[in-house]
Amino acid sequence: MSGFDWSVGLAALVLAPFVGGLLRGIDRKLTARMQGRIGPPIWQQFYDFFKLIGKARAATTKGSLVWIWGYLLLTMLTVFMLFAQQDLLIIFFILAFAGACLAFGAFSVRSPYSQIGAHREIMQMLSYEPILLLAVVAIFLQTGTFKVSGIFEYGQPLLFTLPLAFVAVLIALTIKLRKSPFDISASEHAHQELVRGVYTEYSGRFLALIELTHWYELVLILAFVALFWAQPLWVGVLLALAVYFLELIVDNVEARLQWNWMLSISWAAGVGLILLNIIMIEMFFGNVLRL
Amino acid sequence: MGLVAKARVKSPWIVHYCCSSCNGCDIEILACLTPLYDVERFGVLNIGNPKHADLLVVTGPVNKRNVRVLENIYNQMPAPKLVMAVGACACTGGVFHNCYNILGGIDKVIPVNVYVPGCAARPEAIIDGVVLALDKLSKIK
Repeated sequence: MSGFDWSVGLAALVLAPFVGGLLRGIDRKLTARMQGRIGPPIWQQFYDFFKLIGKARAATTKGSLVWIWGYLLLTMLTVFMLFAQQDLLIIFFILAFAGACLAFGAFSVRSPYSQIGAHREIMQMLSYEPILLLAVVAIFLQTGTFKVSGIFEYGQPLLFTLPLAFVAVLIALTIKLRKSPFDISASEHAHQELVRGVYTEYSGRFLALIELTHWYELVLILAFVALFWAQPLWVGVLLALAVYFLELIVDNVEARLQWNWMLSISWAAGVGLILLNIIMIEMFFGNVLRL
Repeated sequence: MGLVAKARVKSPWIVHYCCSSCNGCDIEILACLTPLYDVERFGVLNIGNPKHADLLVVTGPVNKRNVRVLENIYNQMPAPKLVMAVGACACTGGVFHNCYNILGGIDKVIPVNVYVPGCAARPEAIIDGVVLALDKLSKIK
């Protein structure tokens, strides 16, 4: 890892909350416009964040606080590693453990809402993890390396040879971004059946930490999408923003589905598309032998 | 005004509790969230969870049955918190004031910061009350 990689990774750690928070604010504004409302200002998320920092400290158990710090720090580590062009497989393993931290934190409280939320969070991970890992494997079959730097050195955009894997990643993104129809672990609006699911028992600054982690997660996910068009990178950034806009539209037109729908869609359509794409690579592109 | 104090005014999250209201005021509160009034433009969210909320909005008079629920919700909210009584019943007991099971307005049980009169309180009056509550929030150190 060169000094340049280090500095890019650290710069991403500093800048990601600003970008992520602003994107979430734009999300709320666009959602409001799609519903015929005016909506909050685009920096509303930062107001929410600082207000939560200033609330009184209250915690149900100390154990859940440890898990929430784990959730934040592990997600920050994945953002650092992705922008420092490290190993994609390791990044997604760490991300899986970060997501598990959120679920374990909710499991360590005896509130029925957070227990059900944690169960659903585990179910969500079960749905999107195979897609993300298989997508990384498909990228490996193309570039011959798990390293992010290998994608930049690869001659052409990955989207040309991995179109089906890209569609599958979109399905995983909807789950990972906690958007409808797959926002089952923590309903977006708190006055619904789960209250806030996994977040129900967190308040004040600990809820602010979760919000901060979401901003990092959002940047990480969009950066992963941008990797599908890494040369030139600005097309990738536009691609990621377009995907984010598409997620917003889907979020606004879809109702929430049950977990068994989520599991069957992500495993049948998602994993199926990636496997089909891997077979396509084997048969038509023949790049596998290049290894 | 510090950053946190400024942010506090910009993002009041509401938990709405209907004591034993006739639902007239509840419908008016929900009307505030619709595209016509859209209180989210002021950062107001109907958050539904007392542990996340800053502002407790109560409709209806408190009775002997739900007094314990009201106190429980109030105690679960982390400080700084405000309470808003919406409608004549929540303020004073209203038409129910001398019923055998009614304790009266909610200020008999928990401290109330803002009173919004009306039967039912109009959405404009409720938004006015929220603005008054924000004014009080900005004075909390």
